[in-house]
Parts: sequence; C-alpha cells; structure tokens
Amino acid sequence: MVTVGERPAVRTKAGRTGPVRVTSIQLKIGMAVTGAIMLLYLVAHMIGNLKIFFGAEAIDSYAAWLREVGEPALPAETVLWIVRIVLTVSVVVHIVSATILARRAHRARPVKYAYRPPVQGSYAARTMRWGGVIIALFVVYHLLDLTTGTLNPNGVHGEVHANVVADFAPGRWYVTLFYALAVIAVGFHVRHGLWSGLQTIGRSSAATQTALKGTALAVAVLLVVGFLSVPFAVLTGLVA
Amino acid sequence: MKVNLRVWRQDGPADRGRLVGYRVDDADEDMSFLELMDVLNEKLILDGGEPVAFDHDCREGICGACSMVINGQPHGPQKATTTCQLHMRHFRDGETITVEPFRASAFPVVKDLVVDRTAFDRVIASGGYVSAPTGAAPEAHATPVPKANADRAFTAAACIGCGACVAACSNGSGSLFLGAKITHLGEMPQGQPERTQRVVRMVAQHDAEGFGGCTNTGECAVACPKEIPLDVISQLNRDYLTATTGGRRTA
Repeated sequence: MVTVGERPAVRTKAGRTGPVRVTSIQLKIGMAVTGAIMLLYLVAHMIGNLKIFFGAEAIDSYAAWLREVGEPALPAETVLWIVRIVLTVSVVVHIVSATILARRAHRARPVKYAYRPPVQGSYAARTMRWGGVIIALFVVYHLLDLTTGTLNPNGVHGEVHANVVADFAPGRWYVTLFYALAVIAVGFHVRHGLWSGLQTIGRSSAATQTALKGTALAVAVLLVVGFLSVPFAVLTGLVA
Repeated sequence: MKVNLRVWRQDGPADRGRLVGYRVDDADEDMSFLELMDVLNEKLILDGGEPVAFDHDCREGICGACSMVINGQPHGPQKATTTCQLHMRHFRDGETITVEPFRASAFPVVKDLVVDRTAFDRVIASGGYVSAPTGAAPEAHATPVPKANADRAFTAAACIGCGACVAACSNGSGSLFLGAKITHLGEMPQGQPERTQRVVRMVAQHDAEGFGGCTNTGECAVACPKEIPLDVISQLNRDYLTATTGGRRTA
C-alpha cells in the first residue's frame, strides 16, 4: 500500500453538508424491515386472491370482511387503514433508503471499469433497483385499477370478482401481460431481497446461506405462481 | 508466449487516464503477472518511455500490496490468488488482457495502476484493534478460545486488506473488509472490551471515506484472494445492530 500524505485517523466531513449521515447499514436495516412488512402483506394478499377460485360470493364477501375486520371493537375500516398507512410508510422508507444507497453507490465509483463482466451477482441481485422501479410503477397502476377502480373496465366498488374478470378479459391481453411482468419482477425482487434482508439483519451464516437462499427462491416462486394463477384462470375461462 | 496488453495509463490523480495497448512477445507461462509487468517495464525503459507504475511488495501473496483489475476481475481470473501469485499459464497465447486500477472514489488513482488505499488504514485506526498489554507474551492457555470461534476468527484474519472486495463491488463498498475485521476481533475474547464501539466507529469511518453500501450480491467474496466468506458481512450487520440498539456501551 502506498501512503500519500497523512490524514487524521478519524476524518471529519467538513466538506459535506448536513450533520451526521445515516449509515449505510442503518439504511439497509430500514430496507430489510420494511421489505419484510411488504413481503408479509404480499403473502396475505396472494392467499386472499385465491378466494376467487371459490366463486364470486367467496371473494366479494372476503373483500367486504377486510373492511369490517375488528368490528365491533374497532370502527369499520380501522384495520384496513392501519394496514394502508403501515404499507405506505414502508414503501416510502424502502424507496427513499434505496435511492440514497444507490446515489452513494454511484458516488463510490465515479469512474467505471472499461471492461468488467459480472462474475457472481445473480440476475435477481443485479436487477433490484430497476426491478423495484417497475414494481413501484405497477403498484400505482394496480391501485388505480383494482382499489379505486378508475382504470378498471367494470370498476364497481365491492364487485371484486366482476372487476377482476373484466380486467383480465382476453381482449385486454396487454393488461395481463403487464401484470405478469410486474409479478415476475416481484418474484425476482423477493428472491434476492428476502435472503439479502436476512443477511442485513445478521441472520445469515455460511451454514444457513444455502437453505436461506433456497427458501427465498421457494417463497418467490410461490408468490409468482399464486399471483399469476388468477389472471391466467380468467384468460382460460376457468374463472368467469 | 505472446500477449497483448491494454494497460490503464494515468499520469497523476488529476489526469483523465486512458487505456494504452502494448505487445509483449517474450512472455513465459511460468512468469507471474507482475513479472510480465516487469518485462513490459524493462522494454518501456529501454525504449525511453515511462514504465507502468503498479503496487507490489512481498510477491508471496500475503502483504496485500498488489492490486490491478485484470480482464475485469480484481487480481485476475484465478480463484483465491493475488496478482503476484497469478501465473501466465492461466492465459492463452496471443490473448488480449485488459489491466486497470482498482476503481473506487475512496481509492483515488495515484498513477497508472497505483491507487491510494490509506482509506483502509483510517478504517482500521478508527477501531480495528484490541487494547492488549504489550510486553512478555502471555501464557498461551491462559485465555481459552473455543475451537469454532478460533477457526472463524482465523478465517477472517486471513484478510490482507488489499481492497479487491471494494474493486469488485458494484457499489464500491468495503463491507467484506469491514466484516472480516469485525469477525476476526469479535470472535476472540481479547476483542470483547471494544466490541461495541469498534463496529460503530469503523462503520462511521467506512461511510465517511465514501465507500458504498452492501447489496449482498457477493462479488466481493468471489474476488477475495483470501476467500473471506460473505457471511462476515452478516456478522458485521448483527454486531452493528446490537451495538446501536442495545443499551450497553463499552470503552
């Protein structure tokens, strides 16, 4: 190692703006925790979606129950709004942390290699950032489609079954295609994110690494299959 | 054997730098990569040119001085091998080999392939030590260390601080280096007194130096010539979490 000039052991960041920065590890822990919250929600959401295979009545009443859960101890829609607020905060923390970390990563390597093929990183790991952007854009569309009903061809509140069937009608193949791509993006995101999150909170070791990565892959595949089963059931006429 | 080299030439920190092609006709498959660079430099000097500056010291694979990104991989394509221990027999005759310096804002280029890695020294100075009384060596069995902890500490202590992990990381993160130090000292009884403050201070210094965050991609562990396992980063994160959320403060 070459020593070029002596600098104090602990360098103060006089040149940087702002007080003490949040460390990268703190940002990562924030992403791991919010990622876990969103993943738990996704699992519940995917299982809930499967109600559509039990008929219109099953899923419509399930959707209604989601608004009533907790009654009469809690007023109507209390649980629903708690979930919505927690998810919104999670999404914001996750995206803000990811943005700060991505900016730091760019600053950490201002000059790129002339030649550097990726060696180790899985496709999932390398597409976390842009995959995340695709998912975020999809979530906006998804809320306008099936929560507010604005972009849904049926768009009647409470008619979940009818809205879904209208949404994934064969004539609207591009909606199904976008949905499928977004769900696959979620699968890749979860595949790396679940394991990465466990490593971030210090719950991975050499002994458990393979098992944890396998679990992450299994969860990702289950999520993708579960979520895609609905549009493909509509497309093939299994749910109509 | 003959090789075509594309070597990064940069006159100084302020220079933009560029890749320059060289042809070495009298390479030998038993040469180390650094010896190939020596042969190239002898030619350059004889021709009245400026030799390529590169870092090297022990040439035995243990000092951590040699660097270089060879064909896109820190320390070249051979697994668990430093540049000085990489031999030309791993390359094809007539192959074009691209040689660049480690690239990270925390490792500014001094000249050609030489980068300033004192950022690592400052990270070590911030907490990578134990306060042990110096003097006569203590009795070896006075402090028992369980075998598993000793093995793990030793695996992590193999880190030579070369910076290949930073060079390989797509985020320019020094997390594998940091994790190696935290694991090495944290697994030993002697490392316990400063364990909490060590991780907090070293992480703060790591970030202040401009290294990026970890995305657990694993490029670092592949590039590491000493095969430091990726899970030292898990141990780093866990120690950091414990240190920053627990009430206990040491030293």
